[in-house]
Amino acid sequence: MNYETLLENLTKKDERFIIMTAENRAAIRNLPSKIGNRFIDTGITEMTLVGMAAGLALQGRIPIAHSLSTFLTMRAFEFIRTDIGIGNLPVKLVGGVPGLMSEANGPTHQALEDISIMRGIPNMRVFCPADEDDMMICMEKILNSPSPYYIRYNNRKPLYSHSSVFVEGKAEIISMGKDINILTYGILFSEALETSKLLESKGFDTGLINMRTLKPIDEGIIINILKKSKLTVILEDHFLTGGLFSIVSETAMKYNISGKVFPIAFKEKWFKPALYKDILIYEELTPLLLTNRILKEIEKI
Amino acid sequence: MTVDKINELKKTAYKVREHIIKMSADGGCFIGASLSCTDILVYLYNCFLNVNKNNSKDPQRDFFFLSKGHDVPALYGTLVETGLLDKARLNNHLKTNDFIYWHPNTNIPGVEFHSGSLGHLLSVAMGTAYDCKLKEQKNKVVVLLGDGELNEGSIWEALLVAPSLKLDNLIAIIDRNKFQANTKTENLIKLEPLSEKFESFRWNVGKTDGHSFIDMERVFSKISGNSGKPTIIIADTIRGKGLPSIEEKADRWFVNFTYEEIEDLLIELRTKEKTILKSETLMVR
Repeated sequence: MNYETLLENLTKKDERFIIMTAENRAAIRNLPSKIGNRFIDTGITEMTLVGMAAGLALQGRIPIAHSLSTFLTMRAFEFIRTDIGIGNLPVKLVGGVPGLMSEANGPTHQALEDISIMRGIPNMRVFCPADEDDMMICMEKILNSPSPYYIRYNNRKPLYSHSSVFVEGKAEIISMGKDINILTYGILFSEALETSKLLESKGFDTGLINMRTLKPIDEGIIINILKKSKLTVILEDHFLTGGLFSIVSETAMKYNISGKVFPIAFKEKWFKPALYKDILIYEELTPLLLTNRILKEIEKI
Repeated sequence: MTVDKINELKKTAYKVREHIIKMSADGGCFIGASLSCTDILVYLYNCFLNVNKNNSKDPQRDFFFLSKGHDVPALYGTLVETGLLDKARLNNHLKTNDFIYWHPNTNIPGVEFHSGSLGHLLSVAMGTAYDCKLKEQKNKVVVLLGDGELNEGSIWEALLVAPSLKLDNLIAIIDRNKFQANTKTENLIKLEPLSEKFESFRWNVGKTDGHSFIDMERVFSKISGNSGKPTIIIADTIRGKGLPSIEEKADRWFVNFTYEEIEDLLIELRTKEKTILKSETLMVR
């Protein structure tokens, strides 16, 4: 089942669900003819989209609102914070082309601070699936959550067979390494998976964690990894500030633990706009280049 | 509308204004805008909206959203006078033991949604209006906007969207007191011609005297719930209405009066004799 079919089924069996968009229909193109007036397109109006979603949620609906991540989380930020956040309304915000998925669009479309600003809103939760299968495993539970959620939409074809067990706030443990562990989420999961294999082939016992929800966060796995790893790699398509590196840092301070950490994120910069595979090369994010960067870091220990 | 009904409404509005004046001491409140929309709220809750203490959770009730949240003293007062809010709670204005603060919130019975940040509740009301249409309910969704609030881009975005969604159960009211925080609206960002703007956005447009119950009845009774278009009513009002000493005074937007001044203002409300006000206005914006 794909995302669009899930929404169609949910909408047909549960009258609470309303599918909304600010004229971004990439993932839901076939829904209007299938669900009729349960589909609302407000046009290119992110503030109205979010305000209306709040007004629908007030009456018991669960609106699932779509727009590109940058415009949804930033143009409509104060509506999200003030109407959805203060109201603690079960609106689901689905951000399209987050992070590296914006490819050649350029910095206007690069949501690299979306997680930072969404997780800063009281009550708001954040879900960043690794690929389409991971998204589909977790999505029904997330859409049924009584909490507001920001979702980094990710329909990348999977390279891995994910655990079908999903608990909010629990990471998916792919493997645990004695030497290196990579904490990641979202689209770079696939690169992280290949990287972990390459590091294994170089003789390093390497683990990989797919965080799934960044809020609530799996503090237990972070503490465990920080304590047990020679090197903890934090790989994310987000600014260095406010994303998983910040979350790990906050967790470490909260529990008074330390560890050798190598963050790979965008430090005060946007990435080079291009097609995905070329961005990976330019930004040194291919499995081979990531492996080299991590090896260099572990040599310093 | 009978003479008796008009007198009853006037009496209620008088009591609401007394509540507002009392809330403008000991920390103060946004008195000017509160007094300008008082008669509108009294009319809505007594003549137009199907909402009262017995049906305030009924999904069939009419919904009222106060988008210009800073004039909530008028809403607190109206909710008290219509029996939705316990009068004793007004004594808790700005106190930590209650939720009676400068902007509305859902801890107050009768408040459908919080506001305070301008430009939000037109789209929120649209969401609720859409839900009512989906459920094929006949209830009305009313939202009160300020004229200063029309500066916000989100209002114009929502004004553009609502007619395309055919939300004919939605009624927006503009409290056209012709002032915003510090100045007259037309001296800052010109709003006029307003009717033509709304008409060109494909809304049903009405105009009323927001201090005349007869005129509001004339205009609101004509609103049709199945015209295919949302309705917007421009209610001409006077900021500070009822207190000549602060009426249309740009610097009497937010005030924190002394108890002595409050006593004088309560007399002024009755006699219309101007009070000499010494308290400085707090320009919080």
